[in-house]
Amino acid sequence: MTYTLAAPVNETMASASDTLVIAMIVTYAAALFLFAIEAAYGRRTNLKAGRLMPVSAGAAGGGADGIEVDVRTTEGEARASQSVLGAIALGVTALGFLMGLAQIITRGVAAGRWPWGNMFEFVVAMCLVAVGVLLYASFRYQARFLGAFVLVPVLILLGIGVKWLYVDPGPLIPALHSYWVPIHVTAAILAGGAFMVSGVTGVTYLVSHRSDVKRARGEQVAGIAGRLPSPELLDRISHRLILFAFPLWTFGIIAGSIWADEAWGRFWGWDPKEVWSFISWVIYAAYLHARATGGWRGPKATWINVLGFATILFNFFAVNYMFSGLHSYA
Amino acid sequence: MSTTTTDTGAAPAEGSPRGPKGLGALGWARWAWRVLTSMRTALILLFLLAVGAIPGSILPQNVVSVDEVNIYFRENPELAPWLDRFHLFDVFSSPWYAAIYLLLFVSLAGCVFPRALVHARAVRSRPVRTPRNLGRMPYSARFTTGASPEAVLEQARGVLKGYRVERYGDSVSAETGYLREAGNVLFHLALLGLLVALAAGSFFGYRGNMLVVEEDGFANTLPSYDAIYPGHWTDMDSIAPFTIHLDDFEAGFIEEGDLRGQAASYVADLTYTEEPGGPEMTHRLEVNHPLSVSGVQVYLLGHGYAPEFVVRNGDGDVVFDQAVPFLYRDTMSFVSDGVVKVPDTGAGDDAQLGFVGVFLPTAAQTPDGELTSSFPGATEPRVTLEGYTGDLGMVDPQSVYQLRTEGMESLGESPVLAAGDVWELPDGAGSIEFAGYKEYVSLQANRDGARLPALLTAATAVGGLLLTLFIRPRRVWVRAARGEDGRTRVELAGLGKTEVAGNNAEFHEITTELAARLRNESDDNPQNPSDTRSDR
Ligand code: HEM
Repeated sequence: MTYTLAAPVNETMASASDTLVIAMIVTYAAALFLFAIEAAYGRRTNLKAGRLMPVSAGAAGGGADGIEVDVRTTEGEARASQSVLGAIALGVTALGFLMGLAQIITRGVAAGRWPWGNMFEFVVAMCLVAVGVLLYASFRYQARFLGAFVLVPVLILLGIGVKWLYVDPGPLIPALHSYWVPIHVTAAILAGGAFMVSGVTGVTYLVSHRSDVKRARGEQVAGIAGRLPSPELLDRISHRLILFAFPLWTFGIIAGSIWADEAWGRFWGWDPKEVWSFISWVIYAAYLHARATGGWRGPKATWINVLGFATILFNFFAVNYMFSGLHSYA
Repeated sequence: MSTTTTDTGAAPAEGSPRGPKGLGALGWARWAWRVLTSMRTALILLFLLAVGAIPGSILPQNVVSVDEVNIYFRENPELAPWLDRFHLFDVFSSPWYAAIYLLLFVSLAGCVFPRALVHARAVRSRPVRTPRNLGRMPYSARFTTGASPEAVLEQARGVLKGYRVERYGDSVSAETGYLREAGNVLFHLALLGLLVALAAGSFFGYRGNMLVVEEDGFANTLPSYDAIYPGHWTDMDSIAPFTIHLDDFEAGFIEEGDLRGQAASYVADLTYTEEPGGPEMTHRLEVNHPLSVSGVQVYLLGHGYAPEFVVRNGDGDVVFDQAVPFLYRDTMSFVSDGVVKVPDTGAGDDAQLGFVGVFLPTAAQTPDGELTSSFPGATEPRVTLEGYTGDLGMVDPQSVYQLRTEGMESLGESPVLAAGDVWELPDGAGSIEFAGYKEYVSLQANRDGARLPALLTAATAVGGLLLTLFIRPRRVWVRAARGEDGRTRVELAGLGKTEVAGNNAEFHEITTELAARLRNESDDNPQNPSDTRSDR
């Protein structure tokens, strides 16, 4: 029998890390405020042509080339509410992102290990990924308009993390002493963050879709709901993120089962955590199928996507607290 | 299929096929097959697969922990048998769950094999003929150039890198992204393979749990297991005859701070042989570091304390001298419970002794005076016992962790015993000494032939999935014809076969690239003065 002292925790790093979490939350809150103003009061502006844009939105303005383009899509132009505040919000978000990154690194240094070993660290990392995805989408797909929506669950989750899940940095239980932590958990975090942004985009899609339906009936749609980008664009972004996240999730499950094989002697044992990862996987497979099934594309498929993210959250919160299993390290 | 806007690749019937017109068994069979292999059915079955798994996470499952199922039965004596009738404690091996996934996989096979055939044909064929009216395509563009039609088509081949290009009269037809379909078929087939591998593994493998005390050993035979779960067709008579000896076990715990009591490390030093009398080898067994012997994986699942007791009868003869494994209640205190049974005290079956014991690795008192343990490591090991005398009832099989006290007479409670302390039993019934403690490990041995095949098929599935998701099959046509003014009219059209966004943007890039190349070419050609005018 031996007793180890808790691996010496680097106190400076630990307190720096704790300060950074709070600073990050404040920063995101400020960004959210600015994004919300942009969404509500910005000018409806055509987005530049880009990867996910309908080509008619600018690219075909090829009068100079003498090229005459004919695009048969039902979709109008891609427009979003824009204002200079949004650009500032994006910068503030990027600042928050850097704080988040620094927070995770300092925490890792403080504890002397990979900084995802408990629920608090997991939530913070997933939010970092979600914000990273938001930044990426803003630059790549001009999807800055998602900021007002993505930062809401991010702030909620961070709040829950700080208030209820927080533990001091420290060493891990033996089961987590493995190089599979960086592989398996990282895959889950990356996929989880992308699923989150996709789910939020899905909800935005549903709202935008409803606004379209109302407008088609001749009704006025007031407020942010009436100023959202076209549902087609939102749908494409949300789908694109699933294309990124679903294979990662698949990989994460496989990596997890290799680890389970090493750690627990079986690669799959229907532990509650495993069951719910499987459920999420099946739901997202159903989402992809639904998009290829007549009569299911659009809102129905998107509901499946939102349901998928609900199962991810359920897996994270409910399964860790409600069910006992090998995975409970809450 | 809604996403496939052209002829090829449209294997699965879409929507809900209507009932058969002509009656007759064959008609019905065809209809049922069409329904089963439709995308909508696949979707519904996927949902059922997900929904059916939910009770498997809410209710305790026999595959996960038989103990928890037993506890559930004890706590819900009315409900549990009803749930059991629907196999809700064995969801993942239940007939109804099997029905869902077998139907899903039949549907999958019925869906994928025809699709694979169609695809195999498509791969060998040339790109389709250029349609007459390109303006009907989702993307089409027109422009004029001074370059000759031949030059246009030649340049088009250059721009359409990675496309398979075929010339048809005054046009070229190009197609790319064949691998997507192949990836899709591969993905679905790999899932099918995974299912087969898992089934085979569980039919021929086994899994067993055992408990080994320090300085004690284990031989891989059926009776040595505390619990064993063989597959349907596993031949348990010919399992590998390895042996394991536990030389030493050490658990480390964090001593200070918030995380005091959290486990920091487990190490078990083993000596093992592949067969009795074979050469001895050693292995350091840790969490995440299993022992692999003769195709069986041996893992460290848990650990605990085995206090040692010496029991003497009324005459002072030693009638029991053993370390007895106790089960812990929780991992933070490691308060552990166990039972000592002394069937032979030399005074007949009615004078057997039994003890219910509690082991406290670091004894401490709660504020209200109750005895507990404040740390999982054994810094102040103490034991308390309740003694019984009478008939242990050992003729019937019974758990080693339970004492049947009905029909036995209480001997009262012992004082708190430290190592070396002896409790003199009342009425000259003898004595029991807490002589110290050992540690034990609980191990799991597992033979599952599906490990590698499952990994390979799963990895294949991921590969296929990546191809499916990221390769975008698409077609491009370019037609070039001399107009009445002597300039060449170029028409370009594009069709994405999957609805992944970005197709039109990409087709437009092709158009601008082609126009740019033609412009450069005609700039280099001074005999063609006309196009400097229009293209600038
Ligand atoms: C084990 C169950 C199944 C899983 C996990 C699964 C998963 C998937 C995934 C992830 C995709 C990729 C979707 C995409 O291209 O975006 C896909 C595509 C597809 N699956 Fe399945 N599938 C399953 C069963 C089936 C069955 C039973 C059928 C036939 C009825 C089927 C037919 C198809 C077809 C036709 C596609 C291509 C859709 C397209 O063209 O976009 N799958 N499947």
